[in-house]
Amino acid sequence: MSGSTRTIKVDYLARVEGEGALYVKIRDDRVVDVKLKIFEPPRFFEAFLRGRHCTEAPDITARICGICPVAYQMSSVHAIEDALGVRVEGQLRELRRLLYCGEWIESHALHVYMLHAPDFLGYEDAIRMAKEHGPVVQRGLELKKIGNQIVTLVGGREIHPINVRVGGFYRVPTRQEMRGLAQALRAARDLALQTVTWVSGFTFPEFEQEYEFVALRHPAEYPFNEGRLVSSAGLDMAVQDYETRFTEEHVAHSNALHSKLAGRDAYFVGPLARYNLSFDRLSPVAREAAASAGLGRKCLNPFKSIIVRAVELVYACDEALRIAENYEPPELPSVNVAFRAGTGHGCTEAPRGILYHRYRLDDAGTIVEAKIVPPTSQNQRQIEEDLRRFVQNYVSLPKEEMTWKCEQAVRNYDPCISCATHFLKLELDRS
Amino acid sequence: MVIGVGNADRGDDAAGLIAVRRVRQCAPGVRTIERSGDIVGLLEKWEGEERVILIDATCSGAAPGTVHRLNAHEAPVPFLGFRGSTHSWGVGEAVELARVLGRLPARLVVYGIEGASFTEGDELSPAVASAVEEVVRRVTNEVNGHA
Repeated sequence: MSGSTRTIKVDYLARVEGEGALYVKIRDDRVVDVKLKIFEPPRFFEAFLRGRHCTEAPDITARICGICPVAYQMSSVHAIEDALGVRVEGQLRELRRLLYCGEWIESHALHVYMLHAPDFLGYEDAIRMAKEHGPVVQRGLELKKIGNQIVTLVGGREIHPINVRVGGFYRVPTRQEMRGLAQALRAARDLALQTVTWVSGFTFPEFEQEYEFVALRHPAEYPFNEGRLVSSAGLDMAVQDYETRFTEEHVAHSNALHSKLAGRDAYFVGPLARYNLSFDRLSPVAREAAASAGLGRKCLNPFKSIIVRAVELVYACDEALRIAENYEPPELPSVNVAFRAGTGHGCTEAPRGILYHRYRLDDAGTIVEAKIVPPTSQNQRQIEEDLRRFVQNYVSLPKEEMTWKCEQAVRNYDPCISCATHFLKLELDRS
Repeated sequence: MVIGVGNADRGDDAAGLIAVRRVRQCAPGVRTIERSGDIVGLLEKWEGEERVILIDATCSGAAPGTVHRLNAHEAPVPFLGFRGSTHSWGVGEAVELARVLGRLPARLVVYGIEGASFTEGDELSPAVASAVEEVVRRVTNEVNGHA
């Protein structure tokens, strides 16, 4: 038998999903080049979608990411509904917001507690942090669990949810199920408020940059599924026009495409962008939490995105609670959908920022062409810019410490690499 | 409880998922879970479970199809170190976090199947496909109390 394993050295046991690396070139104490290499299966899913019926897109795209599947489902259904001229309103629309709240709670709790906090408390990782801060880590897991509960109830299962369909859902929750959820959400909101207090006590590097933030903006809501694309430099356009201003280009060092804004350069998507562009759309509880954490209406320090994520956690719990408390089961779980040829666009706010989908359908509803632009490929250029400026302050540090600093700058963004890299490996070139 | 971890779309990374589906057929009474993301969530999943077996693909440089068996209570389960992204969490991180928090099941065994290729869209490679059969046999024996 080949498995008497005590003598076998296993370097790691994990999901291997590609490889990534960070390359920093320093010459005479100047950072001259920075490359974040993300090896993403190029357009595998776009190709995979061609020839499939549009009703399959939500389930297929959910498989792109194990951390943010709801985002892929939401952008895909909205894009397809746009192509078919379908509007999903009322309680069904509320349920979609609720589902998105669940994903933000899961994803932000994971990022704040398991990835980001150890940087500020001086631990190499969450496991070492948990040795001394067990109850805090348990709180993060508890919060995340309530996010899972929402995704399980509305999405049908915890990961890669299966209950979303073009036109609505396959099944909608009962009033009783929603009451149970509301109870859990009241507890979750308290945990989220405690999270804000906790992270606001951290010490942050002085690192403010003049970013161009890009996010959805809605007339009344903090954005999830709907809105115009706006930026802090004055961009204001319909989602349908996305490709007229945002372009993707292939760069030699990464097979993930880099996005840029035509006529400009890097831009910043995600919690910090949403916060800066839609602070006034947060609920009063979330705004108060931000104020108590010492955040103004603007925040230009990406390291403080941990506070912004905590504030968004409060918002997501609060908004989910509002939806759960006012829930009236819709008569039908979905609206009627008739297939026709056309092109549809969808853009929603994934935990890490705007996620754009476009589909071209034939008259039977079969996908002829699909385009997916994930938030990480939009942030990639910005991450490199941050690295370039941030690392310059630390060029004299030994390699190990400098690696740590570089990784911190990347962790501000928590790049979505489920369909791409597995870990970061630093190569230093000190020629 | 038997948990299979992997990505169905990434060649040999699907080994854990395929193995757990086969275990479900061979040992119908056993609770099984397939996991392809949010590995931290495993801590909730095995809450209250006495005995858990995890099956995952590995990439350690061993020959493709090599089967590793680790008893999580005897030694730490190796992990990459938790670096740039929450998306890179694997079984090792989840097990070690659970150990620190006192949330390990009383008995936890990890089966690792060494992969050859993790290319998107690929099928299992032949060596891995036979290793999956071996793991299914051994796991079924374990849950039936023969090992």
